[in-house]
This record gives sequence, structure tokens and C-alpha cells, in this order.
Amino acid sequence: MDMPAPDLGVIARKARILARLRGILPADAVIDAPEELRVYECDALTAYRCPPLAAVLPRTTDEVSRVLRLCREEGVPVVPRGSGTSLAGGAMPTADSVILGVARMNAVLETDYENRFIRVQAGRTNLSVSGAVEAEGFFYAPDPSSQLACAIAGNIAMNSGGAHCLKYGVTTNNLLGVTLVQMDGTVVTLGGPWGEPAGLDLLGVVCGSEGQLGVVTEAWLRILPKPEGARPVLVGFDSNEVAGACVSDIIKAGILPVAIEFMDRPCIRATEAFARAGYPDCEALLIIEVEGSEAEISEQLARIRQIALAHDPVEFREAADEDQAKRIWLGRKSAFGAMGQINDYMCLDGTIPVSSLPHVLKRIGEMSREFGLDVGNVFHAGDGNMHPLILFNANKPGDLEKCEAFGAEILKLCVEVGGCLTGEHGVGIEKRDLMGVQFSAADMEAQMWVKDVFDPKWLLNPAKVFPLGVSAGRRAG
Amino acid sequence: MRPSSEAELAEAVAGARGPLLVRGGGTRTLGHAVGEVLETGGLSGVELYEPGALTLVVRAGTPLAEVEAVLAGERQRLAFEVPDLRGLLGREGVSTIGGVVAANASGPRRVQVGAARDACLGARFVDGAGMVVKNGGRVMKNVTGYDLVKLMAGSRGTLGVLTEVSFKVQAIPEAEATLVIEGLGDAAGLAALRAALGSPFDVSGAARHSGRSLVRVEGMAGSVAYRVTQLRARLGGDVTVAEGEESAALWREVRDVVPVRDKPGEIWRIVTLPTAAAEIVAQLEGEALWDWGGGLIWLVLPHGKGADLAAAVAGRGHATRITGQGGPVFPPEAPEVAALVAGLKAKFDPRGILNRGMMG
Ligand SMILES: Cc1cc2nc3c(=O)[nH]c(=O)nc-3n(C[C@H](O)[C@H](O)[C@H](O)COP(=O)(O)OP(=O)(O)OC[C@H]3O[C@@H](n4cnc5c(N)ncnc54)[C@H](O)[C@@H]3O)c2cc1C
Ligand SMILES: Cc1cc2nc3c(=O)[nH]c(=O)nc-3n(C[C@H](O)[C@H](O)[C@H](O)COP(=O)(O)OP(=O)(O)OC[C@H]3O[C@@H](n4cnc5c(N)ncnc54)[C@H](O)[C@@H]3O)c2cc1C
Repeated sequence: MDMPAPDLGVIARKARILARLRGILPADAVIDAPEELRVYECDALTAYRCPPLAAVLPRTTDEVSRVLRLCREEGVPVVPRGSGTSLAGGAMPTADSVILGVARMNAVLETDYENRFIRVQAGRTNLSVSGAVEAEGFFYAPDPSSQLACAIAGNIAMNSGGAHCLKYGVTTNNLLGVTLVQMDGTVVTLGGPWGEPAGLDLLGVVCGSEGQLGVVTEAWLRILPKPEGARPVLVGFDSNEVAGACVSDIIKAGILPVAIEFMDRPCIRATEAFARAGYPDCEALLIIEVEGSEAEISEQLARIRQIALAHDPVEFREAADEDQAKRIWLGRKSAFGAMGQINDYMCLDGTIPVSSLPHVLKRIGEMSREFGLDVGNVFHAGDGNMHPLILFNANKPGDLEKCEAFGAEILKLCVEVGGCLTGEHGVGIEKRDLMGVQFSAADMEAQMWVKDVFDPKWLLNPAKVFPLGVSAGRRAG
Repeated sequence: MRPSSEAELAEAVAGARGPLLVRGGGTRTLGHAVGEVLETGGLSGVELYEPGALTLVVRAGTPLAEVEAVLAGERQRLAFEVPDLRGLLGREGVSTIGGVVAANASGPRRVQVGAARDACLGARFVDGAGMVVKNGGRVMKNVTGYDLVKLMAGSRGTLGVLTEVSFKVQAIPEAEATLVIEGLGDAAGLAALRAALGSPFDVSGAARHSGRSLVRVEGMAGSVAYRVTQLRARLGGDVTVAEGEESAALWREVRDVVPVRDKPGEIWRIVTLPTAAAEIVAQLEGEALWDWGGGLIWLVLPHGKGADLAAAVAGRGHATRITGQGGPVFPPEAPEVAALVAGLKAKFDPRGILNRGMMG
């Protein structure tokens, strides 16, 4: 993975830059001791690491503004950071950069149940947003599996999804407004609790911009009343094609489950060995969850059963009680851990049209044999967001490179069938050099214009998202 | 000009000598913009429709009615409930799907599913220099690169000319019902809407006009019946229930602003906090149609009330004048936001030829 050569001028001025940072921030908000910087070397894409010049942990929007203005003056790149759970290397620093972490900005600023929103500081974790409104019967819908740790800041930057986005949408559909600090220190408010912008939808383009347009310090989020209940069913098939057809029929019938999850045989076997959830040994397994009152759940499940049985499943298992519901989810929830038990793994995130599912799974199986690396597939089947997990051995020379080459081939396949490189994890550094597979030069140019406007000097997280060759002229300037 | 392909359209924009007025349906020319008319109607037709994946890809000049008919053939629809504002605006003609996206249209169901922006998965457009750009795609989850689709939705043709758009569509539910609540004043009637939206009963419409509050639920028959019973028990007032087509008719009226559209005066569209909705209207003494639980107000005011309205809404939303002398007036942006908007316009349309003067 190439990163741009650090600016040696900046590194030479390190002492002065730190002194200036200490001049505008409380003493405990500036970190430069090598052992303390270690946690900022990487995010959850741990294969790539680099210690930053320094890390700062401001507590207010005003402090963020001062830091950014100073760094701009000094020509120092800034890498915003939430909780560092990005799987794409979005929060990985360079040696000449300052990490700006918002973890200390985690307060709830306002909850308004009548108007159904919450305003939080952006460092607050995803789960604790729902936690703050739970007692009143509300929740925040986007629920990435990392929700215990990841911050709203990172969710907004990556436009993160979750298991329930089939019904509730992803971050961008639940974000009402932000306070954003631009690289020159300007503080702007985009959107607001009323949810529709008066003019251009700048909020819509900030969401998913991977920390390249500004630092988000506060956000208004839509909160929803919690449904009365939820229940999953498990359906096993002996063919991926049939499982795919079943998903399509459920969707066509107008039933809107909150989640339709898919696991293939390698994944089922791995999780069985690990978690013993009692899954059938079959080629494809669906977990379908519906919501509502008891009567509504029964009504939906009856319809789903009718559709599923028409496809001749090897197993159809309804959860009779809370305990059985947990067991149905157990295997799915332990899938990543189970695969990790077997070996190191790389988690991909491409999206495909649901209709291409059987073809893509077949091709991945063939490629797995060609590369000599095992793959397990877990999958948000309702929306086509795949998570192939490629197993490799990090201690075996050449295995990581082979795994990355295999991953790249899978992502190219996703684009070829009409899908995309990343459905929810973001581009970061991981998929940066594949952007040309999905986008033309003009497509990327138009995206980079937005960065030109928000951050003319390209100092915010500059080495991400766009292939280095494509962004070279701008980063230098 | 009426190009018949994306390439022709790109050529026309690149070769334009002066300002262009982008027109979809061809009959809804807005007040302020000037220039040679560039019609998109030549780019028409469905590119791809996969009902089992809820995806539709369609050329931007396709009439909305055609899109709706194709979807209805599979018992599906655009979830965001596109309003037909021809009556309000006093225009005739045929809306195009590109115009719908360019206006980020939305109807009563916005409280449940959002606006056009939330259903739009991808777009192709031609920028102000004639460059063809694609963004997003046809799959439901996609975070590859920046989301220019959101930027284009609602940009009213000022950043580029849409040539193709793709959508996530929705199955038409088997049943719908509306609770019609009478006997409550505006403050209590709006509070009932907020209570309904704060309940777990998945309300898909919450509006008020002519002294009645309306609450809609949609879904499977048993579920609709259950939620009607639950809501009826929680909301005050005298409740009657409209079902099926009778319910649908009530929401077409709200969607198309029928209850206030023929009243004398200027019509304003106010987006605000539901809890401010009763007070804003009481303060200005206009006649109102409230939608989105009070978050949207269509308000009829006499000429010259703009300043009073701006004061009443300040800090809690914004107001656009839709009808009245000189055509629509969009609210001004904060200076730092205006600077970003100007910067984007300069990049996407360096010659400033697309719908010049439209959004202020
Ligand atoms: C086990 C595991 C499971 C996961 N499951 C999911 C899942 O189900 N769905 C999903 O979508 N993702 C998932 N992720 C990925 C990750 O959790 C998300 O991308 C998350 O949103 C990152 O949040 P963070 O706070 O950790 O951000 P970080 O990793 O700190 O940063 C992510 C990006 O956001 C930028 N950023 C951070 N803070 C700011 C700010 N204040 N202003 C502007 N930009 C900022 C960074 O520069 C970086 O580009 C998973 C990750 C792990 C490790
Ligand atoms: C002042 C005003 C406010 C409105 N507000 C709303 C609203 O809040 N919600 C709502 O649902 N509807 C609103 N509408 C109605 C909305 O314009 C129509 O729903 C829809 O745009 C009709 O499509 P059309 O083809 O007739 O568009 P037109 O009337 O031809 O065009 C509408 C706008 O979109 C632009 N446009 C058209 N086609 C393209 C294209 N292919 N690429 C780029 N730009 C294009 C036009 O230049 C124009 O700015 C409003 C209309 C007006 C006049």
C-alpha cells in the first residue's frame, strides 16, 4: 500500500508545531509521546500502520476550529478520528499528520421526543445514542456491528449501515444536520432538526466524505419509536440459486423484513464449530427478521413461510421464544469471530444486484480454488451488500499480498455485475487504488471538485479515497 | 434544443453560447431563470427494472406518469409520493422524472421514507461544461466515493443536467387506512399528530387541514387493523376511519396542496419543527395545511408578509414563497454556506450558464 512521502519540512518543524498546539489547547489534549501515539498508528485495518506527528483530543468545536486553522497555517495534514474502527484505513495517519480525535466530545446536547431528534457531540458512540433515548421508547436506527465502539463521527464520515438498514436506511437517511469545521477554521451548520435544507443538500455530500471535507463536531440525528417486538426465522436451502430466488420473492411480495441475512456453507460450518448454534449443514442459510406486535409478526411470518416452503427448503425454523430467537442470531453474530478462529481474515464489502447473487457466489468459489485461499460469505441479502471473508495466514510470507489480489478480483467482479466496491465500510486506503474500476476520470474529477471547494489546500485526510496518481496535482498544491 | 441522447445533450451544453434553461416536462418554467430552453424530453424510457430487487433505472426525461404506470404493473411505486403541484402552480403539462429529482420532490410519506434523495440510488448528469459524470449506481448500499446524487437532488438543474436516475422502489402495501380526527383545535390536533408519530405504529402520513387531523397507516390488512385500533385508543377527538381508496383520496389532496391552493393570497412553503407549527400559523393568522406532523406548512398569506414570516420562522426552519408576484423566492443561506454553494457552482458550471438566477 503506497502512501505519499511525508512532508519533511513539516517533520522538521515538529517542535514548533507542538508548542503552538500546546498554546491553544489544554495540556492533556496534545499527545506526542511515542508510546501514547501507538494507538493512533492504525484503525481496524491493522495491516497498515504509521505513527502520526502528534494527536490532539479537543473538547469543543472552538478548540477544533483553532487546531484546524493552526494546522492550515503550518501546512500540516490532519486526519480526523472517531473510535478508529474503520476497516478501510480511513483513520490511518501519515508521519507528517496530526490526528484530530473527537473521542472526548461525547455529550448529549439535546433530546427532543416530540420532534423526534437528538443532538450529540460527534465522538459519542453509536450504541450510546440509542442508550440515551431508550428509556423513552426510542432508538437510533443505523446499527453497525461495531456499534459498541464506533462513533457517530465515523458513522457520518463513512455513511455506515447496519443489519437493519433494509427497513430504516443507512446513516444518510437518518442524519438531519451537522456542525462542521472546515480546514480554515470556519464553522458551518448544515441542515438542522427540521430535516430539509433550504438550498443545496450539502449535508448529503458531507455524509460519506470520509473526513475529507471538514471535521464534524456535532450532529442532529433522527430517532424513531421502538417497534413492539421482533422475531427471526431461519431457512436452509441446498442451493444458493434457490435461496436467492426466495429472497427475491419475499421482496416482490411486498413484505418488508427489517433484515435478511445470508450465510454460505463454509461460513455455516465455521460458525457451527465455533458457536454451536445448531444450524443445518446446507449450502445457503437465510435469517429473516420481522417486527411489530405479536399479531403483526405472526401475519408476516405466515406469509414468509408460505413463500419459503414453495422453494422446498431443507429447514424452516421459527423462534418459539426469546431463547430460540437468540440462538438463531447466535451463529450470524459469531460469524466473524468464528472465521477469525480458523485464520486471519480480510473482510470485503462490495455490493451486487441481488439478482447476481448465484453467479457471484459461484465465481468466488472458483477464484477461491485458483488463489488457494478459503472464503466464507456472510451477506446482507436484502440489499446485496456482501461480506466475503478471505482466510489467510499473516505470518506466511506472500499470503497477505495474495489475499489482497484475490479481494481486488472479487471487488472487480462486483462492479462488473452492476454493483460497487464498497457498500458501507468506505474506500479509505483499502479500495483507493480500485476507484478507477468503478469510476471514469471525469467521475472522480467531479467528486474532487467538492473537496477543492471545502478544503482548497487538500490538507484534510488527503491520501484517502482517490488514487494517489489521480489526486497528486491537488495534494501538492 | 431537444437532444435525443446523452451524447447529444453533452454536445449541446458544451457548445452553448449563452445561458440554458433546463426544462423537464416543458411547461413548468420557473420565474427567474433566463436562457435558451434545453428540453430533456428526448431522453426517455426505462433502462432497467428489476421488481425482485426493487430497482428501477430510467432516463431523466421520462414522464413521471410513465414511470408510475410501469411500477404499478408490478404493484410497486415510488415511495416518496411525488406531489402533483400543477394545480397549485397553475401550470399544465407532464412532469418528468428528472424534474422530480432535480426538485427533490416529496409528499406526505416523507415522515416514514424520506424524499426523492432518499430513494435515488444513482445518477448520470452532464455538467455545465458538457462533461458526462456518473455517481452512485443501481444497488441499495453504496458508499464508493462522494455522494453527488444527494447534491444533484434538489439542485434544480443549477449544477448539471440529469440524464439518467436510478431508484429504490417500494411494493404497494395491500391495505391502508386513515384515522380522521375531528373536534380538536389546531394546537391539540397537531399534538395528536406528534403523538401518533411518536408511537410504535409506523405512521406513514400525519396531516391537518380544515379542522381535521389525518393519520395514515399502511401494510398488511391485519396489521393495519391492529394499528388503527391502537391509535384510536391513544389519540383524542372524534375518530372515524377511512379505508382503501377513500383513504388514498384524502392523501392525494394533502400531497397536492388542494385544501389551500385556490385561496386568495400568496402560498408559502415552510419547513419547521412540528412543535412550532401551531404557533407560527397563529402568529401570522394565515390559512394552513400542515403535513409531516406539522413539520411542513403550506400557508396562505396576503402579499407583503414575507418579512413577518421570516421573523416567525427564524432559527426554527425556513420558508420559500411558491406563488405570488415575481415567482418563487428561496430563502437566503448563511454567508458561510453561501460561499460553499458559490464555490460548487463555479466548479460544476464554470460559465454559469445552467438555470442562471434560479436559486438566488
Ligand atoms: C468488528 C467490526 C464490525 C463492523 N461492522 C460494520 C457494519 O456493520 N456496518 C458498517 O457500516 N461498518 C462497520 N464497521 C466499520 C466501522 O465500524 C465504521 O466505518 C464506523 O463508522 C467507523 O467509526 P469510527 O468512529 O471508528 O471512525 P474511525 O475509524 O475513527 O474513522 C473513520 C473515518 O471517519 C473519519 N472521521 C472520524 N471522525 C471524524 C470527524 N469528527 N469528522 C470528519 N471525519 C471523521 C476518519 O477520518 C475516517 O476516514 C465495522 C468495523 C469493525 C471493526
Ligand atoms: C417554486 C417551486 C417549488 C417547488 N417545490 C417543490 C417541492 O418542495 N416539492 C415537490 O415535490 N415539488 C416541488 N415543486 C414541483 C416540482 O418542480 C415538480 O414536482 C417536478 O419538478 C416536475 O417535473 P418537471 O419535469 O415538470 O420539471 P420542470 O418544471 O421542467 O423542472 C423542475 C426543475 O428541475 C430542473 N430540471 C428538470 N429536468 C432536469 C434534468 N433532467 N436535470 C436537471 N435539472 C432538471 C428544471 O430546470 C427546474 O429547475 C416545486 C415547483 C416550483 C415551481
